[in-house]
Amino acid sequence: MLTLKCPCCGVMTDETELHAEGEAHLKRFGPGSSDEDFTGYLFQRENPKGIHFERWRHAYGCGKYFHAARCTVTLEVFGTYPAQTLEPPQEIKDAISAKRPGWSWREMSN
Amino acid sequence: MSHRLPQGGRLIDRRKPRTFRFNNRAMRGMKGDTLASALLASDQMLVGRSFKYHRPRGIVASGAEEPNALVNLGTGDRFEPNQRATTTELFDGLVAKSQNHFPSLDFDIGVVNDALSKFLSAGFYYKMFIHPRPFWKHVYEPFIRQSAGLGKAPDAEARDVDTYEHMYAHVDVLVVGGGVAGLQEARAAGEAGKEVLLIEQTAHWGGRAPVDGGSVGGGPVDKWVDETVAALAEMPNVRMRLRMMGAGVYDHSYALGYERVSDHQPGNDAPRHRLWRIRATEIVTATGAIERPLSFAGNDIPGVMLASAVRDYVVNYGVTPGRRVAIATNNDDAYRTALALADAGVGVPVIVDARSEGGPLAEAARDRGIRVEFGMGVGRLLGGKRVTGVGICRMDSDGSALHEIACDAVAMSGGWSPVVHLWSHCGGKLNWNETRAHFAPDPARAPTGADGQAFVRAAGAASGALTLPEILDGAEDWEEAPLSPVWQMPAQAEKALQGKSWLDFQNDVKVSDVRLAAREGYESVEHTKRYTTLGMATDQGKLSNINGLAVLADALHKDIPAVGTTTFRPPYTPISMGAIAGEARGALFQPIRRTPMHDWHDAHGADWEPVGAWRRPYAFVQNGEDVHDAVMREVTNTRQNLGLLDASTLGKLIVKGPDAGRFLDMMYTNMMSTLKPGRCRYGLMCSENGFLIDDGVVARIDDETFLCHTTTGGADRIHGHMEDWLQCEWWDWKVWVVNATEQFAQVGVVGPNARKVLEKLGGMEVSADALPFMAWADGEIGGFRARVYRISFSGELSYEIAVDAGQGQAFWDALMEAGEEFGVMPYGTEALHIMRAEKGFIMIGDETDGTVIPQDLGLNWAISKKKEDYLGKRAQERDHMTDPDRWQLVGLETLDGSVLPDGAYAVEAGWNDNDQRRVQGRVTSTYHSPTLGRGIAMGLVRHGPDRMGEVLDFPVPGGTTVRAKIVDPVFYDREGEKQNV
Ligand SMILES: [Zn+2]
Repeated sequence: MLTLKCPCCGVMTDETELHAEGEAHLKRFGPGSSDEDFTGYLFQRENPKGIHFERWRHAYGCGKYFHAARCTVTLEVFGTYPAQTLEPPQEIKDAISAKRPGWSWREMSN
Repeated sequence: MSHRLPQGGRLIDRRKPRTFRFNNRAMRGMKGDTLASALLASDQMLVGRSFKYHRPRGIVASGAEEPNALVNLGTGDRFEPNQRATTTELFDGLVAKSQNHFPSLDFDIGVVNDALSKFLSAGFYYKMFIHPRPFWKHVYEPFIRQSAGLGKAPDAEARDVDTYEHMYAHVDVLVVGGGVAGLQEARAAGEAGKEVLLIEQTAHWGGRAPVDGGSVGGGPVDKWVDETVAALAEMPNVRMRLRMMGAGVYDHSYALGYERVSDHQPGNDAPRHRLWRIRATEIVTATGAIERPLSFAGNDIPGVMLASAVRDYVVNYGVTPGRRVAIATNNDDAYRTALALADAGVGVPVIVDARSEGGPLAEAARDRGIRVEFGMGVGRLLGGKRVTGVGICRMDSDGSALHEIACDAVAMSGGWSPVVHLWSHCGGKLNWNETRAHFAPDPARAPTGADGQAFVRAAGAASGALTLPEILDGAEDWEEAPLSPVWQMPAQAEKALQGKSWLDFQNDVKVSDVRLAAREGYESVEHTKRYTTLGMATDQGKLSNINGLAVLADALHKDIPAVGTTTFRPPYTPISMGAIAGEARGALFQPIRRTPMHDWHDAHGADWEPVGAWRRPYAFVQNGEDVHDAVMREVTNTRQNLGLLDASTLGKLIVKGPDAGRFLDMMYTNMMSTLKPGRCRYGLMCSENGFLIDDGVVARIDDETFLCHTTTGGADRIHGHMEDWLQCEWWDWKVWVVNATEQFAQVGVVGPNARKVLEKLGGMEVSADALPFMAWADGEIGGFRARVYRISFSGELSYEIAVDAGQGQAFWDALMEAGEEFGVMPYGTEALHIMRAEKGFIMIGDETDGTVIPQDLGLNWAISKKKEDYLGKRAQERDHMTDPDRWQLVGLETLDGSVLPDGAYAVEAGWNDNDQRRVQGRVTSTYHSPTLGRGIAMGLVRHGPDRMGEVLDFPVPGGTTVRAKIVDPVFYDREGEKQNV
């Protein structure tokens, strides 16, 4: 059972307090978008063996959504951060680079 | 024969006898006995039958690894199957029965399987039951059901009378195992000031050390154990728990402990079991090691035991499995058993040692006058229901030339395997130790936690440190000569002997089965496990796995580490369902949400229906009625007079802020920003996939405030959905959402007399002019502060009135009293459903199932054409969503007036690729309408709205077909004259 720090409350939460909410940093495509863009937004998801950015909600706590940077293999957590951002904070990218040099995720990389 | 020795037994109290029953026979044991030691003391060597061949089975081990001695324990509401006799502490009045035999343990007709064992070899399930196919249903399946499972299932009417609870612990260090290694680890952590939880699965500290001997700092090791336990008990930062097993290790240093609080004294006030949910910074697995059996022909005959178990029974319980106990070994450790037996005055006719020489322990045995045969093995054991002798042969022979020696028990030792289960549960890796022929934890590849650091450490025998001096500083013990790995005894055993050499005693897997699997192409140890069922019994292969994979490696001409182990999964030994459930049973299984009028409903005949966590009255049943009668009466009375509906469960989300209108325009398919304060609008909500997810009436309270009603089950989900978009997509929009569902009691006042009763109560204007259809107003009714919505889900004149939750019951009482002269009756959810279906209103969850879009349901009028965007709009433009062949909503009227079965499919000509009838539609809602006096239904039908009047065939269970005509889905008051008065 994972533990993640809620960046809103600042508490370490057990997975049972949280709700997993899928991949982070999706860019929404709405009316007028191409079929390809819209399909990508709606269905195409990363499925990495390694570094991943994902959404969680502190559903049985403050109710806030947040993001987590996590390794899907070792379950190491490199940090959590508020959802109101288009990309991870630099210190989290640095933390990943320190431990997983050469990492990449979508268009992001070391 | 097995019996109690005249003296000895460090764990028993001979002055305190205990009586118990085994297979209806009264027996006696002593305080401190396990059920296994007490059975052995009573010469009950035969304790069960094996799973497949129904072979006689005796006690093999003395602890959690026991594969054979599983019993049905207790009676009635305390009956439980598959309980290990070796870990069941004896108490007065214990009742146990042996398992898997018919008609009796001594005479079991299932033993015929043993004679047929040639046909029941590895994979027989897969080979045997394939053909002929009809045999599966009528022959094979009944046979398998009859023979599946060892123990008896508890009686269906039995109810567990014990209590269980969950405990939570957050500690710096969790030490699993209270042997010398665990005690030493706990002490070191305790002295370093850490919060420590030390747990031990048995009722005693010290593990094997007090039995196996050795000294620490010049004193006996049991003295060191006592002193260390005393020192730990003095430390306020150390908690110690006996009878608590480390059941599993999970992600991010989570662990489960299973505490058997009162199994040894049932019926006391304590809970029976506790499940401990532990989060530890570090977990130390000091879980010891398990001795391996030797694979020789007849090694499953009752009387054959692990050498360490024999030693345990002699030293701990003063019990010996026989008068003449032969010993078979490939290592020095088993000689400790010979010495313990000799000390207790039990005869040891021979020690058969596969090696060419032993160490000082072997010398000591020889010095005691015990016959030691090096380079020899057991070729075949003699006996049936118990051992009568041992046939020994040269270790490097094929076992055909035997020399027989009389004995009535055999102690065997194939070396020791560290208990690596907890280390491995969460990803800890193992190394193969060639010298000791076992897998041990690789400290460089430990399980890692959230910070990427190792969080499990193995200590003592569990780490591969098998001898006392390796574990404790200043400890001394016999020096041990290396073992010689033995996976088959003798080394060149002929086929017939392999077919009688058991690997898995409970599941009847033999050396020959694993070799057969290898010949048939099984290379992966995981596949071989499932093909042969090796290690798949309730003991999960604690004794058999290493021996089995060694045989597989040999058959495949591979190294053992190249074959690898099967996956270790929690729990270490089975834990009770009660412990998993904890307090969550009966009324406490799930908290029930109750409306303010819940108790009134309960007192007035409510037939309850669960809706999410809520309970809603399905109908209010009066004297002499059945539920169907009540529903029909409620519909008719509401249509003709006056009905009251408790609508408090409907979700009420307050959406407020300068951007609230803009936000709701995105949430709903309709335009909500143009709604005027004081007005209501029915709205549809779609997911970004385009599918309809919820519906409800939105009321605009003021310029910046909306109140959004959701379905009963949807309130929390839709609240989360709104939060998701506000927090993660449009976080710059100024909107705040509050779930106010439980702040209000809401009552639907419905029917032709609805206005009359409200006017009688008085307080605010509710006329058609003052409060027209789809308007709302704040005011006072009968002295209650109220918000009145003029909305209708029934098609009748209808007001939904929200009052403060605390006033709900009083308001309900006032309506019932004032409504008496108008024929008031409460109605439940089924009447609600029927009335909405008569009106052709859709219901989320009936007409929708996650694949339906509003356009399928004829709801285009509720989809704004003016808006550039709303959630689901882009998806609804995709090919599949605009396909004219999508099934669409229609009404269905059976030709004979009967009620169509829910979910029935309309078939058309032809068959699909799966040999199923082609379908063209299905029923989504179906009821008997008392208003129309016939069955009515709604359904989704291909091109349905263009096919009015066509008749469809609905095959129904029983082989008949119901015919129904496609009609308009609005069955009642199409013009809406009734609701708009
Ligand atoms: Zn939080």
